[in-house]
Amino acid sequence: MTDYDPAKVAEIHRHLHSHLPSEPALRVKALESLLVEKGLVDPQTIDAWVEAYSEEIGPKRGAAVVAKAWTDDAFKARLLSDGTAAIDELGFVGNATAHLKAVENTDGIHNLVVCTLCSCYPFSLLGVAPNWYKTAAYRSRAVRDPRGVLAEFGVEIADDVEVRVWDSTAELRYLVVPQRPAGTDDLDEAGLAALVTRNAMIGTDRVLSATAPEAS
Amino acid sequence: MDREPVFDELWQAQVLAMADAMVAAGTFSAGAWSEALGSALKAAEAAGAEDTSQTYYEAALEALEGLLQGSGDVPAQMLEERREAWRDAYLATPHGEPVELP
Repeated sequence: MTDYDPAKVAEIHRHLHSHLPSEPALRVKALESLLVEKGLVDPQTIDAWVEAYSEEIGPKRGAAVVAKAWTDDAFKARLLSDGTAAIDELGFVGNATAHLKAVENTDGIHNLVVCTLCSCYPFSLLGVAPNWYKTAAYRSRAVRDPRGVLAEFGVEIADDVEVRVWDSTAELRYLVVPQRPAGTDDLDEAGLAALVTRNAMIGTDRVLSATAPEAS
Repeated sequence: MDREPVFDELWQAQVLAMADAMVAAGTFSAGAWSEALGSALKAAEAAGAEDTSQTYYEAALEALEGLLQGSGDVPAQMLEERREAWRDAYLATPHGEPVELP
């Protein structure tokens, strides 16, 4: 009588050796070690990238760009005509940003950014894309029903406001420049940058608060 | 919503880091990466995978493996053998000691 079940044995093994990584983690480990041996990636570059994008970059750079555009009309004009050159002035160009097009919200226009194909995103400016940006639900509905999607983010767009949807690609990515909130005349650039949310720069947030959210 | 953790697990970050590094180095183009990722996401969706970040990152890993197989840089069998080697190394290493390939 035999009741040897390889799947069950493997399962028991996994419990005994609880530090065995998950299947995708093992695949990544295998891939990375091979790529390092072949000289195709530098392990320090990978570690530095992971650290920077997990902790530091976030959307802070994008917020700095927006705050500068709010306070410096000449910079704003350059940003809107050639986004890549403008963010280069601030040292924020990364290969992942590709060509950057900045699109400005006005009283009559709201801009919304999506990547219908995958998840193209200006991550050297905004950090890693939020999980919802990568979902099939967002990618498929942002173009078809932008007002419905915005409503789910709690953003109601008046009927007389035109919604423009921008579909990102590997070569061209977008940054929404939200409207500067009223009552912020006495704030400097850093104070203004603190008001700019990541979602506002993707377009799933529209009206910014004039006071910065409490840091948590 | 602005404060959700960026990655659920380290390997997810490593997938994006490797892809970005190889685009920067010209191993493949940004366009090729985006096409491969788009196809993998479509395949996952067609297979009925849940619309979650886990699905997204698994598709990203598929896409990366596929590109490197296609270019001949990392053939499927080499990858499979290396994964088994790492698995064995983990199973053979007592808790608390660094895991290394033999």
